[in-house]
Amino acid sequence: MADLEEPELLHLGLEALHEEMGGKMVPFAGYRMPVQYPDGVLKEHLHTRAAAGLFDVSHMGQVILRPKGTMDDLKLAFEALMPVDVLGLGEGRQRYGLFTNDSGGILDDLMFTNRGDHLYVVVNAACKAADIAHMTAGMPGVSVEPVTDRALLALQGPGAEAALEAMVPGAAAMRFMDHRIFGDIWVSRSGYTGEDGFEVSVPEAQADGFARKLLAQPGVAPIGLGARDSLRLEAGLCLYGHDIDTTTSPVEANLTWAIQKARKAGGAREGGFPGAARILKELAEGPERLRVGLRPEGRAPMREGVELFAQDGTPVGEVTSGGFGPSVNAPIAMGYVANAHAKVGTQLMGEVRGKRLPVTVTEMPFQPTTYKR
Amino acid sequence: MKYTKEHEWLRVEGDLVVVGITEHAATQLGDVVFVELPETDTMVAEGDEVCVIESVKAASDILAPIDGEIVAVNSKLVDNPGLVNEDPTGAAWFFKLKVDDLSVLDQFMDEDEYQDLIG
Repeated sequence: MADLEEPELLHLGLEALHEEMGGKMVPFAGYRMPVQYPDGVLKEHLHTRAAAGLFDVSHMGQVILRPKGTMDDLKLAFEALMPVDVLGLGEGRQRYGLFTNDSGGILDDLMFTNRGDHLYVVVNAACKAADIAHMTAGMPGVSVEPVTDRALLALQGPGAEAALEAMVPGAAAMRFMDHRIFGDIWVSRSGYTGEDGFEVSVPEAQADGFARKLLAQPGVAPIGLGARDSLRLEAGLCLYGHDIDTTTSPVEANLTWAIQKARKAGGAREGGFPGAARILKELAEGPERLRVGLRPEGRAPMREGVELFAQDGTPVGEVTSGGFGPSVNAPIAMGYVANAHAKVGTQLMGEVRGKRLPVTVTEMPFQPTTYKR
Repeated sequence: MKYTKEHEWLRVEGDLVVVGITEHAATQLGDVVFVELPETDTMVAEGDEVCVIESVKAASDILAPIDGEIVAVNSKLVDNPGLVNEDPTGAAWFFKLKVDDLSVLDQFMDEDEYQDLIG
């Protein structure tokens, strides 16, 4: 089957480099991507937290939004798609955003950056085409320009700053969620691991050479999608299509922090985004269910789909992401539970292979973040 | 050593059959993070799910390759699941079976046949 599917997969610019490094290539969001290298997921994960990991995330969608009128028109048009303050984001700064639908569900989550005379947006690979169509249809006064000639690399971990500074002098001076343009290289100080680090957009023609030079820096190792997933899970970050989707609202998803004051009730630009009725109501009254962190008591991981029960046997929810946290050195999970059972410290049961095992609602992240604020 | 299509190895030790998973299987599974072992002194039938292995990627079962009685389990694996990756064909045995007749092992592959299977 895999052989039959292979020709239909899209190929990314760094494929030769991944194969040279022994990357195990798998289909992911329509692309052929490295899930791991010979070190394996566990070592790659721990290496990222101890030194620096280089991830190829070129499958993600990079998009430029250019105003046909003023920059404020563009920001307000973008605000009409998200419960997020775009107008208040300063130049050279990045912010987390969410496209919502009319019923208050999440179409995708994304990062956007104010680059003075335009916005730069990074969206999930699997949602890329739909997002571009959504933005094009939803913002008639805006030029939506997919960036198709750039690779995207993430460099994450305590060694990331020194490694990138050696190649892009000035990068070390950036703070968390800063964005700077260094000639052809676009750098954001952000990521998906909970570690300090960067996401670097590089013209495709330079990407292979750039990645090789980064890998030659002390402590930098290539990291596959497997460890990317365990790192983001320990950081308590959502994976679209699993922890958030068109049925989960931002409030249920515990992403209320991403909705700034300006868009909430009583704010300067209250509402005015798809699904505002549900989202504002949930902000005021609390959601029916909430995404929470979960710590299984034993060693058995509770994976996506594990059903959760209250002590009295009442079904209360389901795990949406779960596995083993290599840095936590224990199984960890996140999932949705009925609001009455969402308080930190609540004891629940998760059903694994027919057995109900104890699990506790916990704070996230599971692993302290090390962002350079 | 004998091998099953399910990538288990079987080794005779006195009148017992020791069962583990092959290096190929351990590599395919990735880093093992959890092992659940059966109770000792239980009778199992060929094809019964007797152990659970969870790796960073997924959960899988170890099936009883033959009928028999589980007389010993390797509890070291519970505290140190990573042993399965470090020494799959040695220290990381899973359980020992007592069988009526060791000739049941004749049906399984030898080393060369197994190498052909995974080659």
